[in-house]
Amino acid sequence: MSLKHDIEFTLNGVTQRLAVDVTMNALDMLRDVVGLTGTKYGCGEGECGACTIRVDGETRNSCLMFAVDFDGRDIVTIEGLAADPKADALRESFVEHGAVQCGFCTPGMVMQASHILDTHPDADAEAIKRGLEGNLCRCTGYKKIVDAVESACCGGR
Amino acid sequence: MTAIERYAAPQSLDEALGILQQGDVTILAGGTDLMLQTKVGRIAFKPTLMNIGRVAGLKGVTVDGQHLRIGALTTISELLRDPLVAQHAPVLAEACDHFASDQIRNAGTLGGNINNASPAGDTLVPLIVLDAEVELASKPNGSVATRRLPLAEFFTGPGRTKRNANELLTAVRIPLPKPGHVARFYKFGTRPALDISTISIGIAGIKRDGMLTDTRVAFGAVAPTPLRAPRTEAALEGRRLDAGAIEAAADAARDEVNPIDDIRASAWYRKELIHNMTKRMLDHVAQA
Repeated sequence: MSLKHDIEFTLNGVTQRLAVDVTMNALDMLRDVVGLTGTKYGCGEGECGACTIRVDGETRNSCLMFAVDFDGRDIVTIEGLAADPKADALRESFVEHGAVQCGFCTPGMVMQASHILDTHPDADAEAIKRGLEGNLCRCTGYKKIVDAVESACCGGR
Repeated sequence: MTAIERYAAPQSLDEALGILQQGDVTILAGGTDLMLQTKVGRIAFKPTLMNIGRVAGLKGVTVDGQHLRIGALTTISELLRDPLVAQHAPVLAEACDHFASDQIRNAGTLGGNINNASPAGDTLVPLIVLDAEVELASKPNGSVATRRLPLAEFFTGPGRTKRNANELLTAVRIPLPKPGHVARFYKFGTRPALDISTISIGIAGIKRDGMLTDTRVAFGAVAPTPLRAPRTEAALEGRRLDAGAIEAAADAARDEVNPIDDIRASAWYRKELIHNMTKRMLDHVAQA
């Protein structure tokens, strides 16, 4: 059996204590150990962004992160964002603009979009496209996604 | 595959070097390369997995005398928005802007990009033309020893470097630019984001009265390691940057690289890119 290590971290505001396999990736831990399946597995190699989460405020591909590295960190997943009133405008904007087709990329898109809004509150469409360049939408619904994020910027323009 | 017997997350450099000295350690920093490479079997875990992410003092950018000093754990995102990097090594910030995606830039560290030693590593070519050196620390007999090595001499093959197993790359040092210093970076890929370089080019030097001296040229993704290009440099050194000199340098560059055919481009196409883009970059340097 692989080596396990005890870790403690904050997940969506709640302290978690777990023993994890030291080679497990953070995405597998979130989905299979903790049971939060909002974060998606797309490519497993950091190309698609479906597994995007916030780690100490910064977005990361959870598929490329060692779960054991969560120790002591503050983690937010799409489930945490869903409970955050600050993200209401973004969520409503995605609905309003029809920025969801099959929906598989949506959790990652919304996580990355919320990071863009936090770090560049005045981002224009070009900056939003740069910010979302690590997120793929296989339905190619990019126009509506960028529109939704732009409209959520500064509470819409 | 060896089973991992120990996981360590040291908080001090001293502690980390002590663990390295015991041998058989896989070093984890941002994890973006290590996770992938262990998954596909290109790297096997050693008995000790050491996470250096919590080692104090390995992060951040400072000016140290006549050098810019970048801690090995500084992330690509941090480099991209660092005012000292923007002021003293803007070509490095430019390369960071072409680096993968926001999520990967937030995770990946400069030390990791260097130690991964990919011939296409995005920061390597600009760092080489900026005369960067790496600082390696170890604790061979109870006390910490450091040595420095020019980055241009650090790489020995894909994924291989001159770092000894008991050493940790702690920082990168870049001499502060002299008056008249120019530096350019170009990366060719099929899309701006998340693309591995088909080729990349770095050019730097001191430009005075239309002439280039202290010329540095380096290429990425055209050899088993990032490559400094002495024959291309010689074609430029001390010469006026006129059409003849630029064409001679672009020809030298094409002859000097030895790329392979792969999914991203043929060897022939890479040589043409090196020739044409070296020429274009030198035209821009001449006009600047």
